[in-house]
Amino acid sequence: MTTVTDSVAPLEKQSLGRRLAGANTLWIALVLIALIIVFGVIDPSGILNITNLQFLLIETAVLLVLSVGMTFVIITSGIDLSVGSVLVFSGITSALVMNALSGGDSTNAGWGVIIIGGLVALVSGAAWGVLNGLLIARAKIPALIVTLGSFGAALGAGELLTGGSDVRTMPTALARSLGSGTLLGGIPTMVVVAAVVAAIGVWLLSTTRFGRYTYAIGSNEVAAQRTGIGVTRHLVLVYALSGVLAGLAGFMSLAYFTTTTLTSHGTDNLNAIAGVVLGGTSLFGGVGSVIGTVIGVFIPAVLNKGFTIIGVNVFWQPIAVAIVLVAAVWFDQVRRRARNQR
Amino acid sequence: MSTPLLEARSLVKHYGSVEALRGASFQVAAGEVVSLIGDNGAGKSTFIKCLSGAEQPDSGEILLEGKQIQLDSPTTARALGIETVYQDLAVAPDLDPAANLYLGREIRRKGLLGALGMLDKAEMRRRASEEFGRLGVTLQSVDVPIGALSGGQRQSVAVARSVVWASKVVFMDEPTAALGVVQRERVLDVIRKVRDQGIGVVLISHNMPEVLSVSDRVEVLRLGKRVARFKASEASLTDLVGAMTGALVQEDLS
Repeated sequence: MTTVTDSVAPLEKQSLGRRLAGANTLWIALVLIALIIVFGVIDPSGILNITNLQFLLIETAVLLVLSVGMTFVIITSGIDLSVGSVLVFSGITSALVMNALSGGDSTNAGWGVIIIGGLVALVSGAAWGVLNGLLIARAKIPALIVTLGSFGAALGAGELLTGGSDVRTMPTALARSLGSGTLLGGIPTMVVVAAVVAAIGVWLLSTTRFGRYTYAIGSNEVAAQRTGIGVTRHLVLVYALSGVLAGLAGFMSLAYFTTTTLTSHGTDNLNAIAGVVLGGTSLFGGVGSVIGTVIGVFIPAVLNKGFTIIGVNVFWQPIAVAIVLVAAVWFDQVRRRARNQR
Repeated sequence: MSTPLLEARSLVKHYGSVEALRGASFQVAAGEVVSLIGDNGAGKSTFIKCLSGAEQPDSGEILLEGKQIQLDSPTTARALGIETVYQDLAVAPDLDPAANLYLGREIRRKGLLGALGMLDKAEMRRRASEEFGRLGVTLQSVDVPIGALSGGQRQSVAVARSVVWASKVVFMDEPTAALGVVQRERVLDVIRKVRDQGIGVVLISHNMPEVLSVSDRVEVLRLGKRVARFKASEASLTDLVGAMTGALVQEDLS
């Protein structure tokens, strides 16, 4: 019996160019750049104006933090519809604890109270995340149903805690620092926090074992199980991560709006999913990147700002996002089909 | 024959009232390919599950190098050097071949970064390249997703992943079932190379010519028991089929 070949070519990395060309991320980045150029050409003083750019970044910071967690969840071929409600719930528990620690009105609260408030927000988010994870990974209930449930339950629980009205007393120090402050010579603190979260997300997903397992589970859960990966444990951690980030987003939102914004987060989940999917992460799992998500989240935001600046009716924005989103998923489908035919 | 590498003695397994194994025995020595054949329902799959730790037999004993062992999970079996290649391609199609090879056994960086969970991708790629070379698995690149490879290459990677980690025995449940002729030959070549390294290979297949070409010995299961053993060089297709259908009986069926 002759072996097919004995000369084994060394396994080389593809050139950077080829890898980039094959990645959805590149194409979606080009779309974003094209949008910015188009809006910039139509109105040079509009989108490229520093103030507008700052607002664009600040307004997207909270959504970006949610979307980083969502990226991990979607790569495991899961979904987390609860992020917006968990954000609100975490903001409420955090605000209530800060008020309680300050004798009912936290306006003049110091940093000790604010730090405790921040931790309460993170723990509240983590608790919902762990609950989601256990129901999905251990009880094997579909993620869509579990997180649809916690989407309703977290908001309901929050409204029970406040009696249905927003908490409006926030520590001024929090609003001045995280909410409207700047760091590093003029960069809004909100943006710095979101950038740090995104950077940690990139590192975690692309270089660590945690990231590798996230891809493996989304790619083939049975195979992951057979190689001895603790799939249940990992899924709980991924949903907990999404919950913690929703808690952080809740705290950021508290600092920025100085109120618990009960009614403003009903579509955060869909916006985050749209950003993640636009960024090239596959709803079928196994494929995606945090860098893509960062780009993907900015496409609806730039469209929105751009339409406002050039005077197009803003109601066109969701329609434009819908078209780009459906096209992105369609490309992903075509790519998968082409691959699976081999 | 000296002490067999892996031996099963009179395994019995019930599923409710169904008796899948009725005292099945089996032996494989180091450096040989043994095919386990039998008609559908003969108990092959149950048998492999018991020997790879996925199921536990109700009675009977399993011996590794003459010592009795308890296989309570596939992880235990793997720790003892027993690996299994499953019939369906148990790879992660979106990961590259090196990542698949090291799935669940990743090499981490040294020092603090490793403690934080960072992977040493370059080292894994380098070692994967060596292992694939050793097994004669040819791939154009280590960083394309496995899903983009041909079926044969994909299965070769799946086989390689098990044999790289197997120090004693590899079970292969129809590793060539979904493959074309050329691809099948590649996988069979890998099987021969594994055997030549002194590992015991247990092959389950329905393809009799393939069984005769690659195996050293053939053991036949029928209705949950071993009914015949052949040297592949001395057996004919007729013998195998006869044993599978019950027309030919060698072993005492008491």
